[in-house]
Amino acid sequence: MIKAILIFNNHGKPRLSKFYQPYSEDTQQQIIRETFHLVSKRDENVCNFLEGGLLIGGSDNKLIYRHYATLYFVFCVDSSESELGILDLIQVFVETLDKCFENVCELDLIFHVDKVHNILAEMVMGGMVLETNMNEIVTQIDAQNKLEKSETFIFQSPRQDR
Amino acid sequence: KSKEAEIKRINKELANIRSKFKGDKALDGYSKKKYVCKLLFIFLLGHDIDFGHMEAVNLLSSNRYTEKQIGYLFISVLVNSNSELIRLINNAIKNDLASRNPTFMGLALHCIASVGSREMAEAFAGEIPKVLVAGDTMDSVKQSAALCLLRLYRTSPDLVPMGDWTSRVVHLLNDQHLGVVTAATSLITTLAQKNPEEFKTSVSLAVSRLSRIVTSASTDLQDYTYYFVPAPWLSVKLLRLLQCYPPPEDPAVRGRLTECLETILNKAQEPPKSKKVQHSNAKNAVLFEAISLIIHHDSEPNLLVRACNQLGQFLQHRETNLRYLALESMCTLASSEFSHEAVKTHIETVINALKTERDVSVRQRAVDLLYAMCDRSNAPQIVAEMLSYLETADYSIREEIVLKVAILAEKYAVDYTWYVDTILNLIRIAGDYVSEEVWYRVIQIVINRDDVQGYAAKTVFEALQAPACHENLVKVGGYILGEFGNLIAGDPRSSPLIQFHLLHSKFHLCSVPTRALLLSTYIKFVNLFPEVKPTIQDVLRSDSQLRNADVELQQRAVEYLRLSTVASTDILATVLEEMPPFPERESSILAKLKKKKGPGTVTDLEDTKRDRSVDVNGGPEPAPASTSAVSTPSPSADLLGLGAAPTAPAGPPPSSGGSGLLVDVFSDSASVVAPLAPGSEDNFARFVCKNNGVLFENQLLQIGLKSEFRQNLGRMFIFYGNKTSTQFLNFTPTLICSDDLQPNLNLQTKPVDPTVEGGAQVQQVVNIECVSDFAEAPVLNIQFRYGGTFQNVSVQLPITLNKFFQPTEMASQDFFQRWKQLSNPQQEVQNIFKAKHPMDTEVTKAKIIGFGSALLEEVDPNPANFVGAGIIHTKTTQIGCLLRLEPNLQAQMYRLTLRTSKEAVSQRLCELLSAQF
Repeated sequence: MIKAILIFNNHGKPRLSKFYQPYSEDTQQQIIRETFHLVSKRDENVCNFLEGGLLIGGSDNKLIYRHYATLYFVFCVDSSESELGILDLIQVFVETLDKCFENVCELDLIFHVDKVHNILAEMVMGGMVLETNMNEIVTQIDAQNKLEKSETFIFQSPRQDR
Repeated sequence: KSKEAEIKRINKELANIRSKFKGDKALDGYSKKKYVCKLLFIFLLGHDIDFGHMEAVNLLSSNRYTEKQIGYLFISVLVNSNSELIRLINNAIKNDLASRNPTFMGLALHCIASVGSREMAEAFAGEIPKVLVAGDTMDSVKQSAALCLLRLYRTSPDLVPMGDWTSRVVHLLNDQHLGVVTAATSLITTLAQKNPEEFKTSVSLAVSRLSRIVTSASTDLQDYTYYFVPAPWLSVKLLRLLQCYPPPEDPAVRGRLTECLETILNKAQEPPKSKKVQHSNAKNAVLFEAISLIIHHDSEPNLLVRACNQLGQFLQHRETNLRYLALESMCTLASSEFSHEAVKTHIETVINALKTERDVSVRQRAVDLLYAMCDRSNAPQIVAEMLSYLETADYSIREEIVLKVAILAEKYAVDYTWYVDTILNLIRIAGDYVSEEVWYRVIQIVINRDDVQGYAAKTVFEALQAPACHENLVKVGGYILGEFGNLIAGDPRSSPLIQFHLLHSKFHLCSVPTRALLLSTYIKFVNLFPEVKPTIQDVLRSDSQLRNADVELQQRAVEYLRLSTVASTDILATVLEEMPPFPERESSILAKLKKKKGPGTVTDLEDTKRDRSVDVNGGPEPAPASTSAVSTPSPSADLLGLGAAPTAPAGPPPSSGGSGLLVDVFSDSASVVAPLAPGSEDNFARFVCKNNGVLFENQLLQIGLKSEFRQNLGRMFIFYGNKTSTQFLNFTPTLICSDDLQPNLNLQTKPVDPTVEGGAQVQQVVNIECVSDFAEAPVLNIQFRYGGTFQNVSVQLPITLNKFFQPTEMASQDFFQRWKQLSNPQQEVQNIFKAKHPMDTEVTKAKIIGFGSALLEEVDPNPANFVGAGIIHTKTTQIGCLLRLEPNLQAQMYRLTLRTSKEAVSQRLCELLSAQF
């Protein structure tokens, strides 16, 4: 299963964290720092897998990551997941973000925390892969957006937009 | 932007949001969403959010999707499973699950899967299976329900009832919607691991599903085709599910599965349909999983060899990821007897990977694989390569490599000179990473094999010639020369004196434990080579030894010096005899590697490598070899205490005749210096079975005891050590006997000097007379001034009734006759209690002897029981005592029975002895 999904930038600032196992808030932050430390010191062009840090469960777990421009996408998984499968899942996740935000960048993740969580929720649930079909995911997200828009028009006056 | 500025900014924002939430003006949906998102972001940055939970819970009951969704999001991220809000949240979830609105149901299921607490499992574990298998449930809700149930099963398997729904879940493998099949496969895989019988039918369904996917054209599955690979994730999941079961029994199913696996292997050889890395990733994800299944089944030699060849290709692939995964898969393949030989053909490639890979993760996998493919035929090559890699290896994996080399060298050694060379090389190359277990082990092996002892002595002697050598080498060298230095003493280049000077030249650079070991070597030399005795005595006599600040070194110097002067050659030869062979046992190094790597990796290797004839390993007990085995065992056994089981000498105790003589030798030396044993707790109970040791220690003061008892009389030396550099003034120790104790126990002592200099030690002698039996212990009160402050310390003085025991040997018949004579109910006291320490026969025997009674062998018809007999001497009377201790290993309990002619004595002895086990 997937234990955690972390996104942070090249300086280690977290941009998304989702844990599928209960950890205390402090531990969550420590895991993010530890993971950043492990991942960021690796060269480009080395492999995308490494043994997990101690906090998240040591060598029984793997960190599978990809580095895109300013962001690291890291999935921490146990031995029951296929490494290459997860690697492609990261790709699907990024491509989906790209479709939903039209050329996703770091700022999108900051200003649309909720949306990133929603997109992730369509793909991974309780640490297991829920859906891998990108079109299906995007359809679901579009439907949500429509619902949201319709509610905004019906229930809210336009004045509060600032 | 500085950290402070960020915190300030965030606190301001938090205050703003708090006031918005608290404000009486109702917030509209957009603002609520905006503020909750801000809170989420602040939380992400690592700040505590201590409000907003209630607002979020209220949002759940909103009818608007936007509000509900943001409420659920907040809860999934911020509410931990033991929040007291769970009840309210559960209520909202219940409503949404019943709403039949698929969007709301999806949100609710997501929330359950995120929080996944036990309370949630209690509330919904019965409900969700119904949603999952209901005919009218939408596909997307089914997917969510399957994974939600999986999550609840993980947290609380007892709350998820198996039932009719299980067979219907299995049939979801046939579902039209591949998303549903993927989710269901995950669920079934986890459930099947615990309930294989219940889900057995899933095998044939999974095989036919898989077969349909792998044989489909790349366009058949439309959106589930990923870069020309049909449904890669689902294929992987199905292959995982099949790894929960042995190969299918039904020949038709089995044939179909073999076909599938062959197709997957064939496709790997086809030219890629796309140059994109995603295409190759997806394709190879399926391939690797198929190989895992082949290895798991381990039944089709043809497939295994094909898998091995495929992995061999990947070993040279330009994609680092594939090389990594190939090395990892081959590790498991190496343990199959069908493919072990095939794996071995890739040895050169793997060694090359070790030398040239840029990525430490990959190199580590290469080390693992070399370890896994090692057998007698290639061990010298692999060990040599690992040793040479060690010189440049990353620090993070050095210790592990050292362990692996040590294990392989031992396991596949045909020629033990090779083994000794290898371990010494290890110490030379990576001395800092050679753990104690490794050098203990080489000593155990050298001691147990006389064919290698001379060679070992010669080799360590040569290795020690190096101007700078690692301390671990000094330890091994010291030990081995101490035991077997005589085997090379004939050569004038390694005469006794040269050996001694060589070792002593390293002495001053070493740490205390190593120096202690070397001192033991010196005393062994005194026995081996009488001609160097004066030289060694001079060294022991020097101030740097006799007055060493470290008590252990000081004690050894004093005792060894004394031993060398007082004892006759015969006694020396007995006491300093060559160490007896160590009992065969599991290698301590292997145990260490298992601990380091988790049991899986190592035991696989152990079980599957079928040639294990030469190894020195035997019984299952752990092997805590210890330096204390090095010292002449008798004084340290006395002083270190019998309670300390884990550090007990690894070799058998010496003959009792020798130890008796030694006690006499050392009682004389007591006036020279206080032989205090290490140990610091104020632990009265520890002294019940022994007479010497540290009674009390704090930052200022250490109190050590040494005592001896004969019949009803005793003498106790109390040593007060000032651990500071400042004087203690008005130092007054007082012995206090309660009114009950006063008439029964006579204590006499002289006052001590009221000033104790910094770093100094004063001694007080207490003469003891036992007038009649007693139960309490006297109290030692110490008052003194340190700096400006008044100090007051009280400790119980361990003068206990059992100290006045005289052991009595008797035959079985006599014992039972007396046992029957003491059958009056008041004479017997029995106690049944739980073992507080590991139940070790030898330790128990030692404790009973330490307690003072004789240990009677072959008296009790049950050999597991212990019986003892003795006489308590008091001034007024003598009391015969019989005891019997019955251990129950299953229950980890003891039953202790005491019979004496006096009830109070039975009672007290039973109390004292019960506390020892």
